[in-house]
Amino acid sequence: MEVGPGHDPIVEIHGLNHWFGTGEARKQALFDIDMTLPRGSLTVLMGPSGSGKTTVLTLAGCLRGVQDGSVRLMGHELHGAGAAQLTDLRRHLGFIFQAHNLHESLTALQNVIMGVQVRPGVPDALAQQAAARALGLVGLSDRMGYLPANLSGGQKQRVAVARAIVGNPALVLADEPTAALDKDSAGEVIDLLKRMGTARGTTTLLVTHDNRILDRADRVLMLEDGRLVSP
Amino acid sequence: MSRLLQRLFGRLPIGWLQLTHKRGRFAAALAGVAFANVLVFVQLGIMNAMATATLKPYSFFTADIMISAGNANALSEGGNVARQWMLQALADPAVAAGMGLFVGNVPWDRTDGDITFTTFGIDPGRPDFVAAGLTDGFASLQVQGTAIIDRLARGLPRDEAAAIRPQSPLSFEAQDRTLTALTTFAGGGGFGGDGFMLVSDQTFLSLFPARGSAAPDHILLRLHPGADVPAAITRLRSLISDESLRIRSYGDAAQEDLRYQQTQRPTGVIFGFGVLIGVLVGLVIVYQVLSADVADHLREYATFKAMGYGPRFFLGIVLEEALVLGLLGFLPGLVFGTAILALMGAVTTLPLAMTPAMAAMVFAGTVVFSVISGVIATRRLAAADPADLF
Repeated sequence: MEVGPGHDPIVEIHGLNHWFGTGEARKQALFDIDMTLPRGSLTVLMGPSGSGKTTVLTLAGCLRGVQDGSVRLMGHELHGAGAAQLTDLRRHLGFIFQAHNLHESLTALQNVIMGVQVRPGVPDALAQQAAARALGLVGLSDRMGYLPANLSGGQKQRVAVARAIVGNPALVLADEPTAALDKDSAGEVIDLLKRMGTARGTTTLLVTHDNRILDRADRVLMLEDGRLVSP
Repeated sequence: MSRLLQRLFGRLPIGWLQLTHKRGRFAAALAGVAFANVLVFVQLGIMNAMATATLKPYSFFTADIMISAGNANALSEGGNVARQWMLQALADPAVAAGMGLFVGNVPWDRTDGDITFTTFGIDPGRPDFVAAGLTDGFASLQVQGTAIIDRLARGLPRDEAAAIRPQSPLSFEAQDRTLTALTTFAGGGGFGGDGFMLVSDQTFLSLFPARGSAAPDHILLRLHPGADVPAAITRLRSLISDESLRIRSYGDAAQEDLRYQQTQRPTGVIFGFGVLIGVLVGLVIVYQVLSADVADHLREYATFKAMGYGPRFFLGIVLEEALVLGLLGFLPGLVFGTAILALMGAVTTLPLAMTPAMAAMVFAGTVVFSVISGVIATRRLAAADPADLF
């Protein structure tokens, strides 16, 4: 499968509906969502808990199957895509989770290497270099050999950011990436993602409740009860 | 080790790093695998000893065909065979010679404990039926009350056995008779007796007055050189009218005895189950360790899934862990298994020892059961749904 950051827009969502549960318990989570993420942009998706932000994130991130409507990622239609195709596409995305989800037995450097090694054929030395560079970008050059247990919450989150960007992904999907960071660190992470958008064309879709970073976003979208509303 | 595995797999050795991250749990897991290996080694060692001990007495004699009673599943079990069938067999042109073989257990009451000899009564005029190592002093059996005894018999002090020579014979009481040993041979303790003893058929009959010379336990036949054994057996079956008799090649008789000991006798079956239980214990231990490890890292695995790692990657990690556990658990298992078998062999005088074949078999078995455990454990990975991470 040919994928790359060259497509613009990176994500096109049209008429997206999504349900959870079956039978009488079936509940609609998203209603007729239309959304476009231009290449290199940083979009913040806001909304109260249960509004459907995470569902949008998981659908755009190929983590769930599209039930109704269209989601095009880097030119590939996700509606009807098979598990293998979704897995393949995910290799070109970067994920940042609220709970950093670092592997406890891997050092910071090794955790970041995992973000490169997912693409077959990358030589070890190259993966190491890229991981070290990514850790340098998040200011953790001096913590490369540390296990997550020996890092602070903010440092762990920065390692997670490095892991997400190390493979130069077309799209970064981030869930509350600044929740565990102080104001300065949060600003640095967002600035880094913005710089990547400018320099490499990396697109970022970021779910957050953190008002401190809204002014740095290119666009702010608001979801309420599964519907996009004006912010 | 980490770098070696990284080169081997072409990726970070995550399985190894995960296992060694919690050293206490890793050591306990290795101890568990080693314990399962020791269990299997001991049971296999006993089974091997049983095989060696069963086949050992067959090595004392040289014959081509053995005739036994229909219920004689083992050398020292079953009814008798009428000597007349030996004479009948000698009528076959391929049969060169025949000899009756008497078998019975003779206890030697000693002040330091009994020694039970599995005793063979043979014709002292037929040294051609006896293996090369036993011909030394064989002629002396022609003297009534003379015996050749097993110097490796359980309970017989080695220095006492070493002192037995024609110049310094050992006399002892058994079955209310005085026996005199002029020479010895190397046999060894088994499951049915403490050692072996050779006497003449006449001496045997004096030890067992109820037995008659016309009915030995088995008849051994030697064929002329180059004779076709299966063809001779076929002819003998038509020549000997008692259809209940078992007429087999000497080698087949030994193997049938072994099969009977391993699959029909309770001891053989118990040891067989012991091996199976050892394997199951190993399977369960490795599965438990891997399964717990997968459960502990479900969130990290879900993260890797989200990043685009596929099923083969996860199977690789779990199999890597399984192989590390299997290989590193095998080594202490081998060391302890060897030591325990040597100790048991010294105490029981049974032929208990680690053999390269046993070590190779258990090693291969360990790798196989580790891999099976790993494959089963990966089923838990299905629970790692990356969509739940957000």
